[in-house]
Amino acid sequence: MADAMTPTAAHSHPDYLSENKGLWNWLTTVDHKRIGLMYLWSVATFMIIGGLLALVIRLELLTPKQTIMSAELYNRAFTLHGAIMTFLVIIPAIPAILGNFALPLLLGAKDVAFPRLNLASLYVYWIGAAMAVSTLLLGGVDTGWTFYTPYSTTTGGGVSMMVLAAFVLGFSSIFTGLNFIATTHKLRAPGMGWFQLPLFVWGMYSTAIIQILATPVLGITLLLLVMERVFHIGIFDPQLGGDPVLFQHFFWFYSHPAVYIMILPAMAVMSEVIPTFSKKSIFGYKAIAFSSVAIALLGFLVWAHHMFVAGMSLFAGAIFSFLTFFIAIPSAIKVFNWIATMWRGSIDLKVPMLYAINFLLIFTIGGLTGLFLASLSTDVHLHDTYFVVSHFHYVMAGSNMIALLAGLHYWWPKMYGRMYNNTLATIACTLIFIGFNATFLPQFVMGSRGMPRRYYNYLEQFQTMHVASTIGSWILAAGLFLALATLLASLRKPKDAVPNPWNGRTFEWEAGSPPITHNFEHTPVCIYSPYDYRENPVPIAEEEKSAH
Amino acid sequence: MSDVTTTVHTDHQDHAHPPGLQHHFTNMTQQFEAAKLGMWLFLVTEVLLFGGLFVGYGIMHSKHPEAFVAAHHHLDWRLGALNTIVLLLSSFTMVMGVWAAQTGQRKKLIAFLLLTIILAMVFMGVKYVEYSHKFHEGLLPGKFYSHQGDTVPGQFMFFSFYFMMTGLHGIHVLLGIVAILWITFRAWRGHFSAQYYGPVDIVGLYWHLVDLIWIYLFPLMYLIS
Ligand SMILES: [Cu+2]
Repeated sequence: MADAMTPTAAHSHPDYLSENKGLWNWLTTVDHKRIGLMYLWSVATFMIIGGLLALVIRLELLTPKQTIMSAELYNRAFTLHGAIMTFLVIIPAIPAILGNFALPLLLGAKDVAFPRLNLASLYVYWIGAAMAVSTLLLGGVDTGWTFYTPYSTTTGGGVSMMVLAAFVLGFSSIFTGLNFIATTHKLRAPGMGWFQLPLFVWGMYSTAIIQILATPVLGITLLLLVMERVFHIGIFDPQLGGDPVLFQHFFWFYSHPAVYIMILPAMAVMSEVIPTFSKKSIFGYKAIAFSSVAIALLGFLVWAHHMFVAGMSLFAGAIFSFLTFFIAIPSAIKVFNWIATMWRGSIDLKVPMLYAINFLLIFTIGGLTGLFLASLSTDVHLHDTYFVVSHFHYVMAGSNMIALLAGLHYWWPKMYGRMYNNTLATIACTLIFIGFNATFLPQFVMGSRGMPRRYYNYLEQFQTMHVASTIGSWILAAGLFLALATLLASLRKPKDAVPNPWNGRTFEWEAGSPPITHNFEHTPVCIYSPYDYRENPVPIAEEEKSAH
Repeated sequence: MSDVTTTVHTDHQDHAHPPGLQHHFTNMTQQFEAAKLGMWLFLVTEVLLFGGLFVGYGIMHSKHPEAFVAAHHHLDWRLGALNTIVLLLSSFTMVMGVWAAQTGQRKKLIAFLLLTIILAMVFMGVKYVEYSHKFHEGLLPGKFYSHQGDTVPGQFMFFSFYFMMTGLHGIHVLLGIVAILWITFRAWRGHFSAQYYGPVDIVGLYWHLVDLIWIYLFPLMYLIS
């Protein structure tokens, strides 16, 4: 975006990690970078808990009958896995960790627009997390993370508490989104117009739009569910004159857009990592920027594709099917733009770039298998099978997690000022790729052959694929563990990262590694396009002049 | 950053800060605009939150039109109308308060804010009278509905929505009272001036939304046919 900061710039301030140490200073900080790191370790904790639950579930499915736990326990385990991973891990992951850390830096700002609100969002997250975990003491939840009525209004256990936890977590998400929109509008560096925004910012901005527009609807839906449980208000209960399918409409009106809360941030990370390691201007800047916004808005029109078999007119089904196909277009535009960016670039296969390529493969498989589910006739066959389970793990879990890891390895030197062991991180990335595909590719096959999701026992004929899937989960776990250990091991060294280890062009690489508390010694000014990798970058102003 | 020296701002400690300016903003206008944008976004989430309830109400109303019409006769439209007037008046006093803040008239600001609080309390008082009347007659949500002598069945559903929607709105009124008290306190301490009055403006915006939601709730609850 501009030349590297003159190295002579006096670093008169200590970096943000060294200034004001101590637990109390961290818990009361309003520094977006520290909040991002606290989110990182909170989310990582829940990712480990959710991941262990996944391992336990896969272990149970090793044999067709009971392996290690009862059916009731199994129901609770997959519900808790789904609820933790959705509400406590995937939704906050990239925006709250990487977004909080990097967005103000990328804009050349000192902080987000509302730093105290930002800290509040973290505390709200912790409260919601505590509520979610407390359901274990209330007898667990066995509804699945989707809380479908009428089962969720009649079963016992901690359903109300889990639902309220998701409600509370929604506020945390709204606070983050609100902050990002206001920050992007008001705190851009001098000279930075909307089309000089790094694409990560466009992705976060689009995500924030969904967070603002969809989360309140989920909030009220969940409140209605609690009211139904406590007061029997009647809205979802057919015996009282209500409609249980109405819950599904309400729920997916949020939760389909929510899958874009999960994937748009992942795409945002890709748009930074790929140009940096291809040493080439991003191909189709505006196409990528606008496709993010298009996804954010179109995402509100497709919710009923989750309900093709729940009873709706063929005409409505056809429309929702068509709209779902339609929303695949902006996603495909992005993938083609990233590949075109890599085309004839000088690709540098550093760890973040390996994860990015990993993402492209995983996301493409996930995206293309979505088309089978968007088609009415094939969906009738595939609905509620392992095909669906595998599809959404590819797009939500795999893509999001791998993009998070790409971003984490990309900005780690900025976060902690240290370089990690390249070899070990590469091995971890490879293991994750193999493990993820080994876990979920068999699930496509058994799903298409009729293995229903969420079943505790299954027919003998599916065992081979279940065993393959379970072994895959072990490889995946080993890969993730190695990635975490490699990153943590780097913290034991003294700080050794230079301000710009990847030769990036965006503002964060002009700040120190790690930056000072206020980010920049001097407020940066936007002179060049964020992806101008030419030998002699041309200032935006001159480029605009020559265009006329 | 080749020609960086020409336009660069020096570090934040170097320029004098007007009171109320947070460190990460360059000037008061930027801070004010950011806060205002943030408030508008928050109001959007509020509209959508209530929007979900309005949609639920609409669907259940269309499923059970007779029950809803019969049930709404238990409400006294005169009390609803009174509360509508009270809230409209309070919106007016809030506007006057913001004006007083913009023109730096501290005493008038405090007076208008206190007036707004009093009107909000009148609203809650009327609500209390209405609610206790419903409790008395067993006109309660869901399974607690125990009203005797209904000719049309299923009226409990109307009261489910009545209590959820007016209840959620009432909570917003209470939060509004707290927020206005807070800025009254700050005004009394002399925090605001013609240059810095952002919080007053923002609480004002919130208060208008609370008013607006009631303007939709009133006909929906009291005037259906
Ligand atoms: Cu969907």
